[in-house]
Amino acid sequence: MESIVRDGTQKTPSIEFDAEAGKVEIKGRSIPENSIEFYNPLIAWLEEYSGNAKPTTEVNIQLEYFNTSSSKCILDVFKKLEVIAKAGSDVKVNWFYEEDDEDMLEAGEDYQSIIKLPFKMIEIEE
Amino acid sequence: MKFVIDDWYTAHRKGEVIMEYKGEFTPELITNLLDVSESRLDEVATPSKIRKKIYNSLVEGLQNLFHHSCKVDIDKQGAVFGAALLLKVGESFKLILGNYTQSDNERFLTDRIEQINSLSKDELKQLYKMILNNKEFSEKGGGGLGMIDIARKTGSKYEYNFYPIDEDYIFFELMININ
Repeated sequence: MESIVRDGTQKTPSIEFDAEAGKVEIKGRSIPENSIEFYNPLIAWLEEYSGNAKPTTEVNIQLEYFNTSSSKCILDVFKKLEVIAKAGSDVKVNWFYEEDDEDMLEAGEDYQSIIKLPFKMIEIEE
Repeated sequence: MKFVIDDWYTAHRKGEVIMEYKGEFTPELITNLLDVSESRLDEVATPSKIRKKIYNSLVEGLQNLFHHSCKVDIDKQGAVFGAALLLKVGESFKLILGNYTQSDNERFLTDRIEQINSLSKDELKQLYKMILNNKEFSEKGGGGLGMIDIARKTGSKYEYNFYPIDEDYIFFELMININ
């Protein structure tokens, strides 16, 4: 299964979805006007991955900003990851936030309360 | 009195201007406005916590203008969709957004803003999560989350006004303080 690797732009995050390594990584800014267009291929990749997931799937989400239009798409990513966990992969979510960025910590906690996956909140220095 | 967007703009343009724009909102333009605002905010040396709240409010506010403004050419003032001003007034920041919209939207907008203004931080969090998890988003994205998100992160209440244009259109002004 092919990986998805994308560099970040001013409005979209860098992406590394690696099936061989069981790694799902989203980093940077996610503030596009049309988030669905950006996230659809990622959701499709996760669907395919759920059929042959690794025993462990590491998820790293390190966002500096995300808009409300991305928030729904990110929730969809987590929902796909829930399915992957149900299918037997041990899915671990690392939610990174910059120190003092309480809003980003709280955003992670919002997802944590909706999604049945283990979340680890990790503070990083600015 | 007849509404003139240039007068409205001048009347609101008070304090130190961090970012200002009047005209058509496109994704490329929004990228530029965000860039300019970000470097200007670095210059005014605001704590990063506040800078992030301002930047976040700007993203939501500008993208709302992009998705919801309508193009009206009133009395040949020029076809203007909307306007945005980010001002520093004393130690606090003020984001002012204005756009033309159909008169029919006044009731809906009033109800939504009054609802948001009436909610506590925790109630806004619950509402945000409910909409995020349950409601289908429109093609325009948002689903009303943008305005809730700004209120939640800034902890401020919206001030707003409607200016009648003609039978079909109004000018909608929305202001939020960030400090």
